[in-house]
Amino acid sequence: MARVAAARHDAQPSPDDGTARKLALLELLAACTDPGVGADRALGWLAGETGVRRALCAVVETERGRLVAIAGHGIGPGDLQRFSVDLDDREHPAVAAMAAATPTVLVDVDGAHRRASLAPLGAGPWGAAPLGDGGANAGLLLFAPASPPALRAARWLARVFGPSLARLQTRRALAAAERRFRHERAQLYAVINAVPDPILYTDRDGRMILANARAEMLFASREDESEGRRRAVALNNMLFSAALSGSAFDDGEAFRHELPLVDPEEGSDLLFELLSTVIKEGPETDGVVSILRNVTDLRVATEELQENYQKLRLAEAEARAERDRLDLIIDSVADPILVTDPAGNLVMMNAPAQRLFAAPADATSEVLAHFRSNDAHFTSFISNLFLSGADLRHRGGISLVDPETGTSIPNEAISGKILSDHGEVVAVVTILHDRTEEVEKARLYEEIARASAELEQKVRDATTELARQNELLRRQHIELEQASALKTRFLANMSHEFRTPLNAILGYTSMLLQGVSGELPPGPRRGLVRVDANARHLLGLINDILDIARIEAGKMPVTLSEFKLDDVLAEIMTEVEPLIGRSQLDVTTELASGIPAVKSDRQKVKQIVLNLLTNALKFTPQGWVRIRTRYDAATNRVAVAVADSGIGVAPDDQARIFEDFRQADNSPTREYGGAGLGLSICRRLADMLDGQIALESAIGHGSTFTLVLPLRLRRR
Amino acid sequence: MNAIPRPDRRESPRLVLIVDDFEDNREMYAEYFRFAGWRVEEAGSGLEALDKAFTDPPDVIVMDLSLPGLDGWEATRRIKADARTRHVPVIAVTGHALAGHSRGAREAGCDAFVTKPCLPEHLLAEVERLVAGRGRAKTKIGRA
Repeated sequence: MARVAAARHDAQPSPDDGTARKLALLELLAACTDPGVGADRALGWLAGETGVRRALCAVVETERGRLVAIAGHGIGPGDLQRFSVDLDDREHPAVAAMAAATPTVLVDVDGAHRRASLAPLGAGPWGAAPLGDGGANAGLLLFAPASPPALRAARWLARVFGPSLARLQTRRALAAAERRFRHERAQLYAVINAVPDPILYTDRDGRMILANARAEMLFASREDESEGRRRAVALNNMLFSAALSGSAFDDGEAFRHELPLVDPEEGSDLLFELLSTVIKEGPETDGVVSILRNVTDLRVATEELQENYQKLRLAEAEARAERDRLDLIIDSVADPILVTDPAGNLVMMNAPAQRLFAAPADATSEVLAHFRSNDAHFTSFISNLFLSGADLRHRGGISLVDPETGTSIPNEAISGKILSDHGEVVAVVTILHDRTEEVEKARLYEEIARASAELEQKVRDATTELARQNELLRRQHIELEQASALKTRFLANMSHEFRTPLNAILGYTSMLLQGVSGELPPGPRRGLVRVDANARHLLGLINDILDIARIEAGKMPVTLSEFKLDDVLAEIMTEVEPLIGRSQLDVTTELASGIPAVKSDRQKVKQIVLNLLTNALKFTPQGWVRIRTRYDAATNRVAVAVADSGIGVAPDDQARIFEDFRQADNSPTREYGGAGLGLSICRRLADMLDGQIALESAIGHGSTFTLVLPLRLRRR
Repeated sequence: MNAIPRPDRRESPRLVLIVDDFEDNREMYAEYFRFAGWRVEEAGSGLEALDKAFTDPPDVIVMDLSLPGLDGWEATRRIKADARTRHVPVIAVTGHALAGHSRGAREAGCDAFVTKPCLPEHLLAEVERLVAGRGRAKTKIGRA
């Protein structure tokens, strides 16, 4: 219960002094910027003017919604600090007093805590004056005791201090709000900058209004930065604007976009996901908030993933194809293939194997028995492989039967262990090979070999017979050769046997003619001359036969030497001198000059020319005989031609006269003597010297025999 | 026909040994050599020839090669192997004109070689030539 106390009049100061103090206070308040200081002075003035013992000045603290003290008079600092009234407590007399237009005396104070809040003011009556500028009150002046003068002074004080306090309070609140705002803004910036993604606030054309640090890195450049970076930034801005302007904005709806940019620092390509949202700022202006998320790595990873997936698909397809191919191959192999597990159970078999081992459901008992037999043989074969220990392969024969017919099929089987990485047997693959055909082939081969052997024997027999006949022929040949040699030797021996008596005939005739036994009368002498001539003719015949025998026996050696053709002819002319002297013929020689030395068999050349010349003398009854030599440098051959004006040789006889024992007139009563061996020998000798003898002749017009020889005979 | 050489009476007659199994030929040559002023010894076999040659070495030997028993080649070889007769020229005479006879004769040591028929005057000429050249000339005489 409070009552407004009557103002004390006993210590009334003079009005002049009071006015001066009011003026001083007004001056002070006008200059004061701190509401605490102003309130303190105002309370001091109130206490001095009115005898108020205790007073405090409280202001509205908007943030907390409370009324708190900022200055006090006659109140301890602790009490002052504890003073705090909830503005929402409308029943509180202080709160109620705030709503009043003029100072009031607080009368009804209900409730212990309300009374407690006013306790620092001491005992009442308590006066309260709202402080403000006519609008909402900014503070409250509380004082005690509430004398009338005090109420009056409080009213004046409220009028002069109220607006000033309200103004100061507002300024303080503004400053606080600005501080708070700055702080919040700084926080906001920190938050935005802390976001690793670039964030941009732009107008619709992409012109930048706000950007965080990451965005500035991409989109902002300064003059002093490198040309490369500036260009990258310009490019980024262009790309960004293009992305924005290319999008149809639905207001309020975010849109997503892929945005390729360039890293201005490194120049590498970056890929961002652009998330833009249009926000309305005001009725006319609106902007776009864009958040970019770097998806470069994500893209790379995605591509890799895609690629790997593709590879996986391919590998899978390949594996499948491989498996299909293997299946196809295994099935298409004509040989049965079986796969068994280590326990010996069949795991897999190809079609040919099934024919032997997979009994059909409807098989007869007989056929089933065949299948069981095959199984038993196979199992026994496989067990060999396991018994063999370390061997990876086992090869051997296995006797199987055709399940349908029961016919035995000889087979060869090869089993191989398939090992795991740890060396354990995981499966056994067995390949069977039907050897029926091979067995048949081997049989055929045997037959062929036998036939071949027979044939070989026949060939051997035939060869032996041939060899025998060859031997026979060889012997006959040898016999013939021996006969030929015998003939030659016979001729040689005979000529020798002829010579011995002829030697005596010629010798004694010669001695008698020489008068060794005294001078002979003309008659016997004529007879002896005839004996001598005939004996010499016989000797010529014998010599000719001997020459032919020698030539045929190959016992006429060619002895090469170099000689002048002219010298040989001179010798011949000397030897035939007696003949020429008796003949009355005109014999001339025409020797070509400058013939090089001849290399040949001198003795044989001489024999040939001598023979030709004596022939010419013999067959020329009258007229002339001419010997000419010639040398043809082009063919490198020399020729000796013996021409005569004799009886000549008929064309039919020209070839025959070179045969053995031939004369043109072969009749027993022929006119000219001689055995007819001369030209035959000449031809054979010319052959031996690589030469020829040519004949030109006509009956009654003489003959020309020409010997042509190589200038230089090569040794054979 | 050659003229008969006149016998040289100023020196002691030279000795020729004529070896031939065919009597007619041997005596014919012997008669002709005597006619020409030579002393002549005759031998009808190889052994007889060696005997006579070693007993009284002649100035020259005319050797028929086809002799019965010890043939002309062997006889010549022995004559040429003996110190007494090594220097005596030997002239071989044969009726065999086949090659090989002359070579065999030369290998046996003959100094000259003539083939039959050989007129007495031709043989004499060859012998004269051989003796004059003391065995240097080894010439084969052509046919008569």
